[in-house]
Amino acid sequence: MGSITLRHVSKTFGEAKVIPDINLEINDGEFVVFVGPSGCGKSTLLRLIAGLEDVSGGQILINGKEVTAAAPAARGLAMVFQSYALYPHMTVRNNIGFPLKMAKMDKAAIDKKVEAAANVLNLTDYLERRPSQLSGGQRQRVAIGRAIVREPSAFLFDEPLSNLDAALRGTMRLEISDLHNQLKTTMVYVTHDQIEAMTMADKIVVLNRGNIEQVGSPLELYKSPRNLFVAGFIGSPRMNFIEGAYAQSRNAKTVGVRPEHLILSKESGLWTGTVTVAEHLGADTFLHANVDGFGPITARVDGEFGVKHGDRVYMTPDESKLHRFDDKGLALGNAVVAA
Amino acid sequence: MATQNTKTLARLMMAPSVLLLLVWMIVPLAMTLWFSFQNYNLLDPSSDGFAGFFNYEFFYTDPAFFQSIWNTLVIVGGVLLITVVGGIAIGLLLDQPIFGQGIVRILVISPFFVMPPVAALIWKNLIMHPGYGVFADIANLLGLQPVDWFAQYPLFSIVIIVAWQWLPFATLILLTALQSLDSEQKEAAEMDGANFFNRFIYLVLPHLARSITVVILIQTIFLLGVYAEILVTTNGGPGYASTNIAFLIYRTALLGYDVGGASAGGIIAVILANIVAIFLMRAVGKNLDR
Repeated sequence: MGSITLRHVSKTFGEAKVIPDINLEINDGEFVVFVGPSGCGKSTLLRLIAGLEDVSGGQILINGKEVTAAAPAARGLAMVFQSYALYPHMTVRNNIGFPLKMAKMDKAAIDKKVEAAANVLNLTDYLERRPSQLSGGQRQRVAIGRAIVREPSAFLFDEPLSNLDAALRGTMRLEISDLHNQLKTTMVYVTHDQIEAMTMADKIVVLNRGNIEQVGSPLELYKSPRNLFVAGFIGSPRMNFIEGAYAQSRNAKTVGVRPEHLILSKESGLWTGTVTVAEHLGADTFLHANVDGFGPITARVDGEFGVKHGDRVYMTPDESKLHRFDDKGLALGNAVVAA
Repeated sequence: MATQNTKTLARLMMAPSVLLLLVWMIVPLAMTLWFSFQNYNLLDPSSDGFAGFFNYEFFYTDPAFFQSIWNTLVIVGGVLLITVVGGIAIGLLLDQPIFGQGIVRILVISPFFVMPPVAALIWKNLIMHPGYGVFADIANLLGLQPVDWFAQYPLFSIVIIVAWQWLPFATLILLTALQSLDSEQKEAAEMDGANFFNRFIYLVLPHLARSITVVILIQTIFLLGVYAEILVTTNGGPGYASTNIAFLIYRTALLGYDVGGASAGGIIAVILANIVAIFLMRAVGKNLDR
C-alpha cells in the first residue's frame, strides 16, 4: 500500500516561491518520475513528501491519511539520497540495519532482514565492510538496502544515479526497475535526466519553475506534449522548433518536428541545408544542419547515410508527426490543416 | 630511480629543520638531566659535584610530591572533561542558525586570546573574590554565605579558570567538525527514525571522535604544565592543595634555589608526561588512523 496525494501544496523560502500550487495523485505501486531542469523544484517537492521540509500551504496524504505535519520517520517512507548518505563509521550490516535498530527490533530479526536485503542486492560478501571500502555502485545498493528493510509504503529517490559513471548508471537503472518489478512498491524518483525518466517511469511528472507542466506515461509525453516546454524537454536530441511562414502555413505560431521525424535525402526535399556537424553514433547519425530560411535543425538519420561537414542535404518533415503550438506555447493537436 | 632521487633530496632538504628541532629539544633535556645529578644549590655554592640520585630522592620525599602528581592529573582530567563536554554542547548550539551568529562566535572564542595570568587575575579579583566578586554578589542576592573560592576549593577554582580558557579552543575545533557533518546523513538518520538523542549517539559523536581526540591530545600537552594561573591565584596553597608538578618545580628552583632538585623534578615530570601520553595514545590514538 502506498498512494500519495498532494493537495494544493505550496512552498516558499523567504520571498522565493519555489512551488506555487501543486496537485498530484500517485497511485499504489506506481513508478513516478519527477523530471525537470535544475531549480525547477523537483527535489523540494520530494523533500516535502519526505517531510524533510515543511509545506507552506496545502495537504499531503499518504494512503489517504493526512501526514502534512507528521515527522519524516512517521510517514512510513524511505529515501535514497544523491550522496547515498551512508553512515561512514558503520559497517554495511549496521548501515542497513540502522532503521530497524531505531525501531527497537531485536537483534536476530534485524540480522535476518539485513541478510535478506543483502541477498537481493548482491551485498552478502560486503556486509562487514565500511562504506569507504565500497565502489560507487555498491554504496548505492547499500543505500537502497537501508531503504528496503524498512518495508516502506513508498521509496523516494533523489537523483540517485547522478554520481555514477555512464556505464554504471545504465546498470543501476535496470536494477532499480527490476527492484520495482519485484517489490511492486510505489517509487517516486527525481532526476534531471530525461533518459532515466523515459526508461523507468510508469508516469512522468514534468516540472518547470515549481509548476507541473504535464503528467503522463513516457509515450504520451513523447507523442503528445502539451506545450512547448514538454516538447523541448522530452526526447533526445531535442525537438526542432520552426516559426514563421512554414508554421503559419500550418495554422500555428510554432511547429515542432522531432529529429527522427525528418526524412533526409541527398537529392530532393522540402528544405535544403548545409551540414555543420555530423555526430556518428554507429547505428544513427545526428546531423546538425543550417537550413536555408530558418537556421539550425537537428536530424536523426541512419548510420549509413554518409554526409560530412559542408555537404548539402534535403529534408522533408513527416507531416503526420508534426507538433503545432499556438502563440501561448500550448499544443494545438496533431491534425494538420494544410492551408 | 627518480623516486629514489626525490626521496634523497627530500631528506636532505628536511635535514636542517629536523636538526634544529632535535638540538632545540636535546640540549635543554641533556642539561636538565646533567643538573639533576649535580649538587647545585644557589644558597650553598660550596657543595658541588656529582650527587648521584640524591636530588631525585630529595624531590621524591618532598611531602608535596604525591599530592602534586595527583593535583596535576586532577587539573588535566577536570579541564578535559569540562572542555570536551562543554565544547560539544556549545558547538551544537553555535551550529544552529541564529541572529548575529558571527559576533556570537567571536565572543565565544575570545577567552582564548586573554593571557593566562590576566585571565586568572580577573577571575580572582572580579569573579571569585569573596568580598566583591560576581559570585559573592549572586550568593548575597540569594541570601547565601559567599564562598571563598581559593581558600575552600583551591584546586577546583583553578580547574574552572583553566577550563574557561581552553573551552574556546575545544569549541572551535568541535564546531568545525560539526559543520563538516554531511546534512544528508542527518536527514537520512531522521528518515530512519532516529530522534535527536540517537542521532547524537550514532551519528554526531562518531563523526566527532577524531576531533575530540585532537582536542584531548593537544590540551593535555599544555595542561600538564599549568603554572601561571596557580602563581597569581593560590600560589600553590593553601598548603599544597593546589600545587601541581610544574609549580612544585618552580618552588624548588626559584623559592628553594635548588637547581639540582628542580632539575630532578623536571625529569620526573618528563617521565610522567610520557606515561600519560602512552595511556592517551592507547585510549584514543586509534581514532586518528581512520
